[in-house]
Amino acid sequence: MDSRSSEVAVRPPLQTTAKDGVKIVIVGGFGVGKTTMVRSVSEIRPLSTEEVMTEAGVGIDDPGAVADKNTTTVAFDFGRISLDAQMVLYLFGAPGQERFWFLWDRLFAGTIGAVVLVDTRRVSDSWYAIDRLEHHRMPFIVARNNFGEPEHSLEDLREALSLSPDVPVIDCDARHRSSSKDVLMTLVQHLYEQASARKEAS
Amino acid sequence: MIRRLVDSEDPDRLYTVTGGRSRAGRTAFDLVTLVTSRADPAPGMQSEHIRILRVCRAPTAVVELSADLKLPVSIVKILLSDLLERGLIAASHPSTPTDPLQLPDPAFLKQVLVGLQKL
Repeated sequence: MDSRSSEVAVRPPLQTTAKDGVKIVIVGGFGVGKTTMVRSVSEIRPLSTEEVMTEAGVGIDDPGAVADKNTTTVAFDFGRISLDAQMVLYLFGAPGQERFWFLWDRLFAGTIGAVVLVDTRRVSDSWYAIDRLEHHRMPFIVARNNFGEPEHSLEDLREALSLSPDVPVIDCDARHRSSSKDVLMTLVQHLYEQASARKEAS
Repeated sequence: MIRRLVDSEDPDRLYTVTGGRSRAGRTAFDLVTLVTSRADPAPGMQSEHIRILRVCRAPTAVVELSADLKLPVSIVKILLSDLLERGLIAASHPSTPTDPLQLPDPAFLKQVLVGLQKL
């Protein structure tokens, strides 16, 4: 591989005033449309990378162990949206499988909120992700990525996922920028309401 | 992808790249810490350091560097700690609280909403 040609990043650079990175995570099973959603709103072509950890969870103690079965590798995609001169939103598409959650704190501490992207044909794939998000006290919304006419109502979906009434549940089409934008805005509006309510209560 | 690269090309690459250390220094780099070069690459520098200094002529998130260098995030953080200690980069860390019990300020979230609205 000619590494020199890929040495300098070929994507629009951030403004020199950019100083505050913000994280939102889109969680969902394989093929549900995470990367599609990231792509539809990102100002850069989605990039992918990996994090590696040993089972002990203390970083890479022995570099020889990188190829060992005791290490956990998690790959994830991401894109970015410059919100204004200072703030840059990074959107992460993350697999919901078990090993991913071992890395949640290391990778995603400080995430403002999450979108659980649900495939209506495989709703049960989302149970584990929702359980883990609740465990990490991460605010989230549920977005059903529609592949054709839904067979069930959103209320059915809420019931199937045992969601509390205050968790927003919406339909989306991850291929479309406007729809993905609506999903993000629904999430941030939800976070805003929660944060405002808590501020008033304090 | 990265694992394959590491395995097939140079099994000791991670060790070499980080000088055998397994952790970044005291500085906590986040995935979205924005890194900016404060110096040009100089002859004799480690190739990964050179690449970081080149890419970071404009602010660049840790996770973007990880994708560019095809190295795991934790390795990139170690490289960045070196550069930070030597004063060769500046790091701008995210303002959002990392304690899950602490929500961001409503005014901050409002700014995010306004930014998204413009999409």
